[in-house]
Amino acid sequence: MPYTPHTAQDVQKMLDIIGIKEESNLFDAIPQELRAKSFNLDEGLSEFEVFDNFAALANQNDTSKVSFLGGGYYDHVIPTAIDALSTRSEFYTAYTPYQAEASQGTLQALYEFQSMICELTGMEATNASMYDGGTAMAEAALMAIRIGRKRKKIIIDSGVNPIYIKIVKTYLAYHDLEVIVLHVKSDGSDKETLLDMIDDSIAGYIFQNPNFFGSIEDYSDIVKALHEVKALAIMSSYPIALGILQSAKDVDADIFCGDGQSLGNYLGFGGPSFGILACKEKYIRNLPGRIVGITDDAEGRRSYVLTLQAREQHIRRDKATSNICSNQNLMALRATIFMSLIGKEGFVKLSNQNYNNSSYLKDELSKVDGVSIYNQNPTFNEFVIELPISSTDFINKMEDKNFFAGLKLDALYENFENRVLVSATEKRTKAQIDEFVACVKEIV
Amino acid sequence: MAKRYSNEHEWAILDGEVASIGLSAYAVEQLGDITFVELPEIGAEADKDDSIAFIESVKAASDIYTPVGGEVVEVNEELEDKPELLNEAAETTWVFKLKVSDASEFETLMDEAGYKTYIETL
Repeated sequence: MPYTPHTAQDVQKMLDIIGIKEESNLFDAIPQELRAKSFNLDEGLSEFEVFDNFAALANQNDTSKVSFLGGGYYDHVIPTAIDALSTRSEFYTAYTPYQAEASQGTLQALYEFQSMICELTGMEATNASMYDGGTAMAEAALMAIRIGRKRKKIIIDSGVNPIYIKIVKTYLAYHDLEVIVLHVKSDGSDKETLLDMIDDSIAGYIFQNPNFFGSIEDYSDIVKALHEVKALAIMSSYPIALGILQSAKDVDADIFCGDGQSLGNYLGFGGPSFGILACKEKYIRNLPGRIVGITDDAEGRRSYVLTLQAREQHIRRDKATSNICSNQNLMALRATIFMSLIGKEGFVKLSNQNYNNSSYLKDELSKVDGVSIYNQNPTFNEFVIELPISSTDFINKMEDKNFFAGLKLDALYENFENRVLVSATEKRTKAQIDEFVACVKEIV
Repeated sequence: MAKRYSNEHEWAILDGEVASIGLSAYAVEQLGDITFVELPEIGAEADKDDSIAFIESVKAASDIYTPVGGEVVEVNEELEDKPELLNEAAETTWVFKLKVSDASEFETLMDEAGYKTYIETL
C-alpha cells in the first residue's frame, strides 16, 4: 500500500475546519505533566532508506537451514496458489470486515472456512477463527466454565503444549477458578490419576492428541467418564493429523481447539497464525467470536451475515462470551484456500505422508547407537529422541550441519536435559532425512 | 395473590411460598421476536433485582432480573425449544419459579394499574 502523507496545506485545512490553531491543541485536554517529553524516535527516513534498512534486517534471517522443528508450528508445503489468491485486493486485509454484510465475498469465504473446519473436526459449529491455538484453548476453557455454571475446575492433561498451558493460566488468572495441570509421568496421559480426579466439580478436561511429545492415544474412555459427571471434554489437535486420526466427533469431545498455521500459513517467527474453536451445536451460544451464517435477503437471494451476535460485546456488553470481537481473517482465508486445493482425499494423503516420513525418520534414528525413542505410544509426525549428549550440544552441532534439528525440551520440562522433539513433515525428502540421520550418527 | 410488576418489566405471582416470574407483554413487545431464553439453574439463589436469566430477540439481548429474592425451584424448559411462546402469551408464560425468601418484597412491586401508569410514562 502506498504511503500518502498529509501536506502542510492538508493539515492546515483540517485545523481550520475543526477550528484550532495548531496540532498540539488537539492534546490540550491532557495535563502538561502527563504528556510525554519525548518519544525517542529517530529522524524520519526517505522511502529508499527504509527499503535499504529493512533489506539489511531481512538478510540476517537464515533461510537456508532444513527444519525438523515441530512442537506446534511445522514446516509444511504451501502451494503458491495461496499467495496468488489471498493477496487479491478484494480479499487482502488482515482485518475482520467491519461493515460485515457489505463484504459478501469475505463473508462467503469465512462461511466456507467454517464448513471445512466443521468437516475436519467433526464438530457441528465453529466461528470465523480465533487468534491462535493457545488463545483458542483458553476460550475453550472459559466456555466449559460458562456451561458448567457453578463448576470452577479445569484439568489440563500433561501432554498439552506447555506454551498453551501458560496462555490458559494467564487468561484464567483473574477468574475465580482452579486450573489443575497433570504432572508429566511419561509420554502419554496419566489416565489413572485423571480418572480419580473426575467428579461433578470439574467443568472440563483439556487434552491434546497427538500430544506435545507426539504421542497418540484413544481418549474415548476418558470422555465417557467425563460425560458421566456432566463435565466437558476439550480436545486440542494438529489439523493435519485429523486426516488419519480420530476427530473430535470420533471421541465424542464437546469442544475442539487448535492452531491453524499448518493449513497454508507461513512459519514466520511463530506467526501470524489463527486459532480454531469448534463445538457441538448445543453449545453454540457459548462459543465466542464472529460466526458467519447464511440467509436470504429481501429479494430472496442467498446472502451471508454475521449471526448470533447477541453473544458479542457490542450487544451483550460485560456479559459477552469473550472480549474477542475480531478474527484472523487473512490467515483463515489462506487456510480455506489451502483446504480447497488439497481436497478431502488429498488431506488424507497429506496426513499419511507426514506419518510415513516421520515413521521412517523414527526407525532410522532408533538404529543409531546411543539414540533411543522416548515415546511408548504410537506417534504421528513428531516424537522425542533421547541422546547420549546434551540437547544444547546436539542442536548446536546439527545447526553447523545446516539443520534445525528439533526442539530442546529442557527449556520446557524438568529432567529433560537429553531429550529433543523431532518432526518430519511431508516436505522432508528421503535424501534430507538420510542426511539428517547420517549427521546424527557423526555427532553422538 | 394478585400479579405484581417490577420497574424492569418482570411480573410475579405468589402461590404459597413459590413465586412464578415472567415478562410483561409490554417488555416482550419492545423486544420483538424472541429467539432464545437462557434459563437460570435450579437451586440457584438470587437476591431481589439480581440478573439470573437472559433473553435474546431479533432486535436486542437483555437480562431478566428477578423481582423478588429466593431459590430457583423450577424453570420453564419448554422455552428452550419454543422461546416464541413468550411472544404468544407473555402474561401467562412463566419463565422460572422461586421459593421466596422474603414475601414482604412483594410490597415494593407495582400492581397492574400501577404498572400501566408506569409504562405510560416511558
